[in-house]
Amino acid sequence: MSNQPPLPRHPHPYPGKLIIVEGIDGSGKSTQLLLLHKWLESKGHRVFFTEWNSSELVKDTTKRGKKNKSLTPTTFSLLHATDFASRLYHEILPPLKAGMIVLADRYMYTAFARDVARGVSPEWIRKLYSFAITPDMAFYFKVPIEVAISRLLGGTRGQFKHYEAGMDMNLSPDVTESFRIFQSSILGQYEKIVDEFQLITMDATKEIETQQNDMRRLVEEALKDYKPRRGTHGRRTVFWRRFEEPKSE
Amino acid sequence: MVDAQYFGDGLKNLNPSDLKGKLIAIEGTDGVGRSTHIEMLQEWLEVQGYGVLTTGWTRSNLMSKTIEMAKEGNILDRWSFSLLYATDFADRLEQQIIPALRSGFIVLADRYIYTALARDFVRSGNRQWVRDVFGFALVPDLVCYLRIDIETLVLRVIETKGMNYWESGMDLRLGSDLYDSFKKYQSLLIEEFDKMAEEFHFEVIDARKSPDEIQDALRNKIQPLLTTNLRSPELPSDRHIQPAS
Repeated sequence: MSNQPPLPRHPHPYPGKLIIVEGIDGSGKSTQLLLLHKWLESKGHRVFFTEWNSSELVKDTTKRGKKNKSLTPTTFSLLHATDFASRLYHEILPPLKAGMIVLADRYMYTAFARDVARGVSPEWIRKLYSFAITPDMAFYFKVPIEVAISRLLGGTRGQFKHYEAGMDMNLSPDVTESFRIFQSSILGQYEKIVDEFQLITMDATKEIETQQNDMRRLVEEALKDYKPRRGTHGRRTVFWRRFEEPKSE
Repeated sequence: MVDAQYFGDGLKNLNPSDLKGKLIAIEGTDGVGRSTHIEMLQEWLEVQGYGVLTTGWTRSNLMSKTIEMAKEGNILDRWSFSLLYATDFADRLEQQIIPALRSGFIVLADRYIYTALARDFVRSGNRQWVRDVFGFALVPDLVCYLRIDIETLVLRVIETKGMNYWESGMDLRLGSDLYDSFKKYQSLLIEEFDKMAEEFHFEVIDARKSPDEIQDALRNKIQPLLTTNLRSPELPSDRHIQPAS
């Protein structure tokens, strides 16, 4: 329980690689991450996937709070930070220490963009996440608001959710209009974050396979010096020596 | 709280300057009798005509169940440990404490953020992060610290409810059994509370004394905060104090 967090904005010390994607709802980031996942596995890498707001510890609480609409910007923000802390400790750090590739659908930049658009202090939210490690690669899928809206409305989801549309902020009684205002404000925050944290901007209006090819090329380049871990890698020699070279009495 | 303020980066959507009530925090380690005294204080204040809201650590609607679950799992890392309590506190601050203060209530808080600061420091050796996290907290009008020494505390806890896993800081593996761990953990907490008592100007109250004496000391500290537009209170004769159990 007493792990010291590594300093933020410095490369993490672990043998694994952390690749994350960011973008507003409807930017296509999850699709791109899924395709990257398939490709990395097909190349024989050990890959671990983790998703925003998915830890057992707080998922139900967030769901409950969302359902009875009792979340304030502060508690919304703190719950997501709790989820992140729990996943960092239980899901992200162990595979990184084991030398695996970790893929994260959304990272702390989601909180920097979304919670600030909701009205929490930008300084506070950055301090809150100061225990997070810096990803090896961070992709931002940039998309105009109208494209995101038509994808979401035309796609599988059909309708915007209450908090996703920022309905808690009374921006507009119309859900689509509220979504447009809220997500546009998030887009504005992402623009600042891209510069501040050097995210790789991807043109998310391009064809899916074009984006994926670009992404794979960048990842391949970044993994040039990465030595994939396959369980016994690196310790194999020492581990087998006692059988192969028995010491004479 | 005429000149109410936040500890750090506060709630941007809320200006605390119009809060009429008073925020009083009662702090101290586990087993010093905080809840008993808060009950008596509430009675005393209400008899005088003051509106009183009491709020307890981990008692928020949003988080109390979640925290129970997390404690049962014993899997908390340092950061989610503090963040869970911060979420609980934020929920109570925004849904209970601030609305009550705005309406002129006296808010009695059973534990305040200092508990979280002490617990995180004992676990991490670092003071800054958790203070940043709780930056949105209001600075109370008064913090009463019920101070006890470890030897007295140990006897009192054994005689009453006994030692439990979390109050003994068993997650820190400080000792080989519950007793050793409790003693070390609570000593570290007391040490940190003592430091904060100076830094944040707590009113220190000797919790080794009798319940009557402690209650009198608390009332003496609170009395000057009370507004004068209500009739000045008579000296307490309405109390039926049970020995702390």
